[in-house]
Amino acid sequence: MFLVKKASLLRNLIAVVGGFSIMATAIMVGIRVLSMKGVTHNTYLTNTEAIDHVIMGGEILLMCIVFFLSIKYKKYYAILLSLIGTVPVLWMDLSGNAVEGFAHLRVDFLSAVMILIVGIVGILICIYACGYMKDYHHHHTEVADRSNYFLALLFVFVGAMFGLIVSDNLGWIYFFWEITSVCSFLLIGYTRTEEAVNNSFRALWMNLLGGCGFGFALMVANMHFGIANLSQLTSIVPRQNMFVMVPVTLMAFAALTKSAQFPFSRWLLGAMVAPTPSSALLHSATMVKIGVYMLIRLSPMLKGTFTGVMITVIGGFTFFAASLLAITVSDGKKVLAYSTISNLGLITACAGTGTTEGVWAATMLILFHAVSKSLLFQTVGDIENCMHSRDVEDMHGLIIKLPKLAFIMIIGICGMFMAPFGMLVSKWAALKSFVDSNSVWLVLFLVFGSGSTLFYWAKWLGKICTVIHQSYELEDITPRSEMISLVPLTSMIVVMCFAFPWMSDHMIQPVLNEAYHKNIPNVIGGSDVVIMMIMVAMIFIIPIGSRFLAIGKKSKMTMSYVAGVNAGDDRHYIDSFGKERPLYMSNWYMTDYFGEDKLLAPSIVISAIIVIVMLIIVVGGAF
Amino acid sequence: MAMTVLKVALYILLAPILGGLMEGLDRVVSARMQGRQGPPLLQPFYDVYKLLAKQTTVVNSIQILFVIAYLIFTIFTGSLFFGGGDMLLVFFALSMSEVMMVLAAYSTNGPYSALGANRELLQMMCYEPMILLVAIGFYEVSGSFMVNDLIKVDSPAVFKIPGMLIGFLFILTIKFRKSPFDMSTSHHAHQEMVKGLTSDISGNNLAFYEIAEWYDQVLMMGIVAMFFICKNPVSIIVAIVACVIFYLMETLIDNVFPRVKYMAMLISSWVVILVAAGTNLLILSVLD
Repeated sequence: MFLVKKASLLRNLIAVVGGFSIMATAIMVGIRVLSMKGVTHNTYLTNTEAIDHVIMGGEILLMCIVFFLSIKYKKYYAILLSLIGTVPVLWMDLSGNAVEGFAHLRVDFLSAVMILIVGIVGILICIYACGYMKDYHHHHTEVADRSNYFLALLFVFVGAMFGLIVSDNLGWIYFFWEITSVCSFLLIGYTRTEEAVNNSFRALWMNLLGGCGFGFALMVANMHFGIANLSQLTSIVPRQNMFVMVPVTLMAFAALTKSAQFPFSRWLLGAMVAPTPSSALLHSATMVKIGVYMLIRLSPMLKGTFTGVMITVIGGFTFFAASLLAITVSDGKKVLAYSTISNLGLITACAGTGTTEGVWAATMLILFHAVSKSLLFQTVGDIENCMHSRDVEDMHGLIIKLPKLAFIMIIGICGMFMAPFGMLVSKWAALKSFVDSNSVWLVLFLVFGSGSTLFYWAKWLGKICTVIHQSYELEDITPRSEMISLVPLTSMIVVMCFAFPWMSDHMIQPVLNEAYHKNIPNVIGGSDVVIMMIMVAMIFIIPIGSRFLAIGKKSKMTMSYVAGVNAGDDRHYIDSFGKERPLYMSNWYMTDYFGEDKLLAPSIVISAIIVIVMLIIVVGGAF
Repeated sequence: MAMTVLKVALYILLAPILGGLMEGLDRVVSARMQGRQGPPLLQPFYDVYKLLAKQTTVVNSIQILFVIAYLIFTIFTGSLFFGGGDMLLVFFALSMSEVMMVLAAYSTNGPYSALGANRELLQMMCYEPMILLVAIGFYEVSGSFMVNDLIKVDSPAVFKIPGMLIGFLFILTIKFRKSPFDMSTSHHAHQEMVKGLTSDISGNNLAFYEIAEWYDQVLMMGIVAMFFICKNPVSIIVAIVACVIFYLMETLIDNVFPRVKYMAMLISSWVVILVAAGTNLLILSVLD
């Protein structure tokens, strides 16, 4: 629907107006569903032969796109994976082995929560992209301007997300699943540099591999169980029918690839070469959230099963390893990428436990992570446009150079790890669920991972907060269209801090009740909420209060201590030859110990072994 | 409710006095170990009194904000603990207050402060896992994260989670910044990077920092006491004796061991945590 866009002003207008109308619709749908008490079945489209044909055509089209581009760039393995994934499903549809389901669309509470996330965060990113792409091509003249195509892809992507969330028919989910894979592939390869092409193909093959897993799960469900809908599949009790774990495991495997868990993390790291809006979209609101969304859907079935244990182990391991790796990188986007992987690991682990607290924490984490991470990505993108660097070290003294962006960034970072903010609340629930489900290894992964998470966020925060003398404000060239996106996201983080008890009651509890088919007591409540509210209030009152009370205003100003050899400011000192030398303190990265070249390969190998063992035991054991 | 308010008020009023006395004791005992007379017991109070009377020099205007936030959050953390609150929340608030101190050092842009800040973050990374594990250990004992429930258990927690106590005592040395782990800043005059974390803090600000440290010390010893307290009132005396012994042990360690490199600290603390506390947790989960 957004394919025809030529003039840039008109294009922006269409994108903004269209974006907001989609967002408004999404919010309306979300709120309507959430305000319905007890009613969980909103099913639509029971008879859909015509649309089924369209979808089949779409699948063939996707396969053709992969074919064409794979041949163009001589990456033939992608064709093979695409064939393995698509052809059997097509054969099943054509030969009449597919089962007619009841309803193809089903909007329940979890869908509503996801619709809100995608509708608000995803669309804000698309709007941000309008302004960003103009600046981007201003700086990167070597890249051909295909921003119309880029924006169209973003909207297709978001559309596919909506489709996936509301579909209940496995065939449809599979179709939207493949659209997102191919879209991300096209987005990553946007610049057409060699690196971009390589990374995009890496993303493609990993996601197609996951797609194959999903395709086979779909076939097993259709041909063995005669089930076409996800909601039917998840209502089977695993203890009565162990074979059902085969499609569930395959789908969980697909979810792991989508959510970039080890050993499939490298596609997400490679996705950074693309312009910022696409990384923001892939990392925060859409792509990676599909995987964990799927896991939350499957979560009640995973409880106490071997697959569930393996999924939690992979998630916990990913959380820990990625947080160590995040310490060692100084490229801002890369830190964010590792932190995404790490947080998704936590969500995966929570969903894998299958306990109610686990699902509560996972859903909460998805919400907070989507908002904070998209905000951080967009801010890093803007900082890059202003300062021509996105390195954390170059953000030294950002609070003086770009106060507005620095402030937004501080809130975003605090949202990721500081105490009263959302992520930590969810982490707390996660810890409770791990302890209750008696999973010692997960507890250990979580506590050690928290230590390293604290380290890499706090040192970034410190860099931003450094105040440098005689440094001047840079010109803030962030266009208004980007602020349209940044300001609502920032305020959302703040509002969500205060509103999380309400969110827990009205958004998360219904999801739990629905997933477990019974009423679940409150996961969080009572005095803890009051204390957290006090903490949030303190965070905001202390800076404001000190400003009004003029604390420290009468203090004498001096230079920082450089052993008495300052050369006029705190950035130079006089060495033993009487020469003036610049002074700069870098953060610690400890690459000798946790460097990518040391840790990445072993992590991938270990987790690959876990995944293979899981697949062999579950799938092989079933026959 | 009135009881909780009373406890919190007592903590806010008495903790700095107790903390100051503890530090004075530490200095006296240290001096005797080194065969010198040492300062009077009340020396820390004289120091802070003098600091408060001096003119404050700052290197920027937000530094003081972070130091005050550090003090307030430390008091808040302690109040949460002594008011009988949720252990996990206590520890989350604790790490928040620590981050405030690190930011205060970062904001100065001084080389010694920046180095101290990085080292302090590393120290936090070392003790953070153990602190969370302690909360989990208490949960295993009493089935609740609330401090109020934990003091009503039948037998002291230490019988069930001795490994956690060992791990916690180990990281206590890091938390108190005692040698061999006095990296970010040191009580001794022989720190290789001036005063590290607090190099660029002076006057009132330094006094606030010292007071926050006192609150923090009392909180930490309170957590040690939690290992020994049960519903039997005698256990409170046992807990106090244990706290005194362990505190003096920290002084001894401080005087005996030389400072180590940061990687040695990270590896040794994580190994001790994994072996002592991790094994303890594993055994508990198998027994359940």
